[in-house]
Amino acid sequence: MRPDNYAYYPGCTLHSTAKEYDVSARLVCHKLGIKLQELENWTCCGASSAHTTSELLSIALPARELQAAEEMGLPLAVACAMCFSRLKHSAFELADKEKLDLVNELLGKEFHNTTEVVHLLKVLYEERDAMTVSRPLSSLKIACYYGCLLVRPQEIVDLDDVEDPQIMDQLMERLGAVTVDWGFKTECCGASLPLTKPEMVLKLSHRILSQAKQAGADCVAVACPMCHNNLDAYQKDMKRKYSDKFELPVLYFTQLAGLALGFSPKQLLLDKHFTSPLPMLRDKGLADAGIAIKYNLRLYSLQVEEIGIAEVRHG
Amino acid sequence: MSMTGTIKPSPSSDLQNFVESRSGQKVLRCYQCGKCSAGCPASYVMDMGPRQIMRAIQLGLREKALESSTIWLCISCQTCSARCPNEIDIARVMESLRWLAAAEKSEPAEKDIALFHQLFLTLIKRSGRVHELSLGALYNLLGRHPFANMKRLPGMLARGKLSVLPPRVKGVDEIRSLFAKVKAMEKEHQKREVE
Repeated sequence: MRPDNYAYYPGCTLHSTAKEYDVSARLVCHKLGIKLQELENWTCCGASSAHTTSELLSIALPARELQAAEEMGLPLAVACAMCFSRLKHSAFELADKEKLDLVNELLGKEFHNTTEVVHLLKVLYEERDAMTVSRPLSSLKIACYYGCLLVRPQEIVDLDDVEDPQIMDQLMERLGAVTVDWGFKTECCGASLPLTKPEMVLKLSHRILSQAKQAGADCVAVACPMCHNNLDAYQKDMKRKYSDKFELPVLYFTQLAGLALGFSPKQLLLDKHFTSPLPMLRDKGLADAGIAIKYNLRLYSLQVEEIGIAEVRHG
Repeated sequence: MSMTGTIKPSPSSDLQNFVESRSGQKVLRCYQCGKCSAGCPASYVMDMGPRQIMRAIQLGLREKALESSTIWLCISCQTCSARCPNEIDIARVMESLRWLAAAEKSEPAEKDIALFHQLFLTLIKRSGRVHELSLGALYNLLGRHPFANMKRLPGMLARGKLSVLPPRVKGVDEIRSLFAKVKAMEKEHQKREVE
């Protein structure tokens, strides 16, 4: 039996630049009867910066969250691929008793490293047969992009094949979509470099998008907020630099699942992307004609209330 | 008569010892096939490819390895580690070199990247989570490129993707004390290594 109750670690970006990922994940899980209980007072996992600077910190910061989930007695569901990777790494390192003792001393808590860490993609994948699809994505050709952190290294994250993963493809196919065969599923998009090396992100992300386009995709599906930002927000610059003629919408897999399960594009915050997927979705008959991109400066909580999932947030 | 013809390996360098003990990887297993450099998405901007870094460690070329831009430009995507025929986790080797360079070198080869990571951690220490607007602002000010990355700012704000105020988390004290303890522990460790 799969559990239907998870501790939930959103991570910093899901409360800011990737809030559409958070909102769509909560909506979809709510519909499927999966309960996500957000960890109270969670803090940052340390991301790429902790393990660049200090080994101990890179293990201890995620361990704090692992410990909180252990106290709740629940498996820990994670949406961000970077957080997922760091939490998995920490749990892996803490199999070493000496390191576990050290971390317990640092945290001042008793932690036994029993928390199971799962990525939301895997949670929805395992749930795919139970889904009632009310709006099949049958007109949509999707390039599923997994990125690097979700699948590597296999012995630690153990999600899928490192070079040609399939679970997102199978999930999308279950929702009625056609997925394209392509070679850039796990190529790196530039990850945390957009501030420091924007020209690298441009080059790497452009390669990925052109390959997806060439394979005939209408859009790219992602499971990582960094991948999303890099692939979505820089397409205007790419057009200028590489004289591209195309735009390719990039959607979270939870948004695509949400569409198939009957949520509206507005509920799924599909108007938040830099490269709007709305014209494409309208063409494919997956969005009503009336929806337009609407900008607003209101705070996150208000938006969540507006789309009627305040109760979802609080489980 | 005892066996006298045993070949003794030449003494391994400090650098190799450090990397092997901290990364858990056997550097001498690298036979320079170059698969890591071929698959590396960042090798086109590096001053030495991952293969050359591996060779530098084998040869004990400490300065060359620690002063290279490579160790900072490595994105940790782990393509090299996944493809190495000798199962060396090269990304982990890069990581251990970064730790050493950060501790020893006052001027990292990629100052901006080092600054970014440092600020990222400072923000975690201060408020428990990373506030992206503060990160961008501090990075621009302290890195002395005040107008970098401004292009997407209006779009981010208009989409409500950046909150103006930093997040508030209960238990920040816990995080601060964690940082302090880690720092003290690492200092202690370094002192012992020197002795």
